[in-house]
Amino acid sequence: MEQTTKGQLSKDSITEILRLKAAYPHRKSAILMVLHVVFDQYGYIDREALSQAAELMELPLVDFEQAASFYTLFPNQPVGKYHIQVCRTLSCHLRGAKELVDMLREHLGIGVGEVTSDGLFSLAEVECLGSCGTAPMMQINDAYYENLTRSRIISILDELKTKVRNG
Amino acid sequence: MAEFEKILFKYIDFPEQDRIDTYMKNGGYAAFRKAVTTMTPEEVTDVVIKSGLRGRGGAGFPAGRKWSFLPKGTGKPVYLTVNADESEPGTFKDRELMEKDPHMVIEGTLIAAYAIKCKIAFIYIRGEFTFAARQLTRAIEEARAKGFVGKNISGKGIDIDIVVHRGGGAYICGEETALLTSLEGGMGYPRVKPPFPAVAGLYGCPTIINNVETLANLPHIINRGAEWFASIGTPKSTGTKIFCLSGHINKPGNYELPMGVPLREVLYDYGGGIKDGHNLKAVIPGGSSVPVLTADKIDVHMDFESLAEAGSMLGSAGVIVIDETMCMVRAALNLAQFYQHESCGQCTPCRQGTYWMLVILNRIEHGEGRMEDLDTLLDICDNIEGNTICPLGDAAVPSVRSTIKQFRDEYEYHITNKACLPGTTAPRFE
Repeated sequence: MEQTTKGQLSKDSITEILRLKAAYPHRKSAILMVLHVVFDQYGYIDREALSQAAELMELPLVDFEQAASFYTLFPNQPVGKYHIQVCRTLSCHLRGAKELVDMLREHLGIGVGEVTSDGLFSLAEVECLGSCGTAPMMQINDAYYENLTRSRIISILDELKTKVRNG
Repeated sequence: MAEFEKILFKYIDFPEQDRIDTYMKNGGYAAFRKAVTTMTPEEVTDVVIKSGLRGRGGAGFPAGRKWSFLPKGTGKPVYLTVNADESEPGTFKDRELMEKDPHMVIEGTLIAAYAIKCKIAFIYIRGEFTFAARQLTRAIEEARAKGFVGKNISGKGIDIDIVVHRGGGAYICGEETALLTSLEGGMGYPRVKPPFPAVAGLYGCPTIINNVETLANLPHIINRGAEWFASIGTPKSTGTKIFCLSGHINKPGNYELPMGVPLREVLYDYGGGIKDGHNLKAVIPGGSSVPVLTADKIDVHMDFESLAEAGSMLGSAGVIVIDETMCMVRAALNLAQFYQHESCGQCTPCRQGTYWMLVILNRIEHGEGRMEDLDTLLDICDNIEGNTICPLGDAAVPSVRSTIKQFRDEYEYHITNKACLPGTTAPRFE
């Protein structure tokens, strides 16, 4: 994630949005991809940045707002630096997804839908992530962590904390 | 365990198979070259029809016949959309193909685009598959550098471009018309059919939507012929299928096997049997949207016809294995929550039906159920089924109806004793 100012798209984001604008037979098709660009820069859908994106795309802001509310990948407020999403659907449930969430709740001291006080971690339960053969699993930001066990989770979280501490 | 040759997974774990040089050393892009230099688009379609290849996304519609429904001479562009929105619980085959052998998917896309005379193909990939999207994007650029993608391919005046389009996390967008509205920039609401996408699809133009695994078969069919492909599997379900094994099984994962392989063989010879030596209770053989099979039904053959005869469906071939330690009410509740969350809300029977099924299952699971709830649930199933624009409503029904019909004793125990059947609440996390 590059350095970013609130409410202002970065140069890279603007370049990418303008590329997307020309990549489809009709530019409205690029809306989802533009939401990904805004999300990738901010980690959530920043309102002012979205408005700027809509202007660049020469499309009504409401089209972007509707899409952002329909699709689940675009939170409208900041989540943790590491956003943990645990798959809860059947194949993962059969391999302990519920116990996995309980363990994370206890370990992080937060509930599902909450962010730790240091802003480092947030926790969500999500539907099937298409990784059923390696259940239980979770996604942290855009990486999949599969075949989880209690000890692996502890070492994954410790590793992320160390990464932050060492800058 | 009979010996047979893998087709889609032949090089799946080959080092650097995701790079175009390796892919080509292993025979890649020969089929696309063969198609554009020696075959007309109609001949390609004809070979695919003769091969018997059926769609691997769930519905099993013959792929070549789908292409042949495209109207001729409309003057409008024809679009190909690759359905890479793999989201059916229990299914994870397309992801492995895209991550490890992306060029096979790209080559299949190019062959299909050539056959239907499409100049821009879109790969609609589920938003969470970041790595797979990166792999595909890089593969397209590699293929462009070699002249397989872009303008005037092979000097034949053929133009084909491929655009990777990432979804936003919505199961509904795997439904083909919802996928199209989503790709047009809107919210993923399905559309009424007819008109079918072949006639009025993306931007109102003739459009073909094919699944990733379906397309991955094309290079092999072009290289080795329709008769060869049709000789694998069963007469009506030809070729191989990637079976996704998950749940209470010793060796979960993807297994490419000939269509028609007995489920018992899939579970015990390939999957290594039931986890921790427990007894099998039930199998969902085709992704979460198909009826549950009880343990005594596993001699069924895994093809479209045999599973339909056995009262279930091949679907996406996501085989979810459930052992004796799982409560079937909880299993049904888990899936009911999925469908309630994923219903787009457009049709009343699905929006309301999935909501009330979830409410009722929740109260049964938590000891507040009433005996008449079971008939109410079945009644809701009847009221959803066949009454919605898209198949999501129909897909929400089987897990509830089939578990009530086949495990009614567990539901009744729950209602009477306000608890799961003894022995079905074992912890599952190591």
